[in-house]
Amino acid sequence: MSQQVEAGEAEELHSHPEPRQYIKVAIFLAVVTAVEVAIYYVSALRALLVPILIVLAVIKFLFVARWFMHLRFDSKIFQRFFVTGVLLAMTVFAVVLLFYFTHGGPAPVAR
Amino acid sequence: MSAQEAAQASTQEHHTSTGLDNTKMAMWAFLGSECLFFGSLITTYLLYRSTVLPDSGPVPSEIYDIPYTSVSSFVLLMSSLTMVLALSSSQRGDMRGMRIWLLATALLGVTFVGGQIFEFTDFVEEGLTLGSSPAGSAFFVLTGFHGAHVSVGILMLLSLVGMSMSGKLQPGAARKVELIGLYWHFVDIVWVVIFTVVYLIPLE
Repeated sequence: MSQQVEAGEAEELHSHPEPRQYIKVAIFLAVVTAVEVAIYYVSALRALLVPILIVLAVIKFLFVARWFMHLRFDSKIFQRFFVTGVLLAMTVFAVVLLFYFTHGGPAPVAR
Repeated sequence: MSAQEAAQASTQEHHTSTGLDNTKMAMWAFLGSECLFFGSLITTYLLYRSTVLPDSGPVPSEIYDIPYTSVSSFVLLMSSLTMVLALSSSQRGDMRGMRIWLLATALLGVTFVGGQIFEFTDFVEEGLTLGSSPAGSAFFVLTGFHGAHVSVGILMLLSLVGMSMSGKLQPGAARKVELIGLYWHFVDIVWVVIFTVVYLIPLE
């Protein structure tokens, strides 16, 4: 049993990417960040700004989690722990929004 | 020590019924709970982001310096690269390389926190404080807690370097570097969300 565990963990360590692949991912993330900031200043995209920004943030989130945190290579159990946390956080957001619209919330002051 | 020996040495820490390292499992459970923590703070900010009383200071979004925060975001993003390179060095048994990359990560973290302190000082001078309005409270609590997490991460990185230099972190102990790396990448991921939701998405 312990040999199986050791073999499994050794395989896990060897399945991690090479430094060159990490650098490629980092360059991609830097480019996505630059695109995020650039489109923030494009007035023609103002109507689509929010959905575009959310999609780009999700892409960055997934790349960091899957490549740098190794969720792409590690056991699915770790992925479940993390996804459960993210889903719970989104549930909290949804419940608060529900209360906001049904019971009222903080009134923004006009500027 | 060769890469293979380092990998083998790092496998002899725990033997568990799942075949997975308990400390790594615990770290992922902790990070899952941290998602809930930051999710709550982000939700609160979204609800209160425009809630200010007359003459109680500016709405945060009116005084954001997007180019400045973009550079800070880039710095934190690149610290994830140096962190993962530290882990890669550690897994190969290259302890000197690991220490260099860990110090680079800590330096980038210090740059980020320093930038955040400068930003906070600027905002306070503009009239936005923790107690000036619900919007100010929500902003400072969210970004302040994130900054505190980065600061804790820096301390852990420097501890790893200190342990390595004093011989308490032997080649092959890649698991410790991996666990602290997970925490560091999580802090980066949270900033990815904060940068988009708090700074870039405009107030309608």
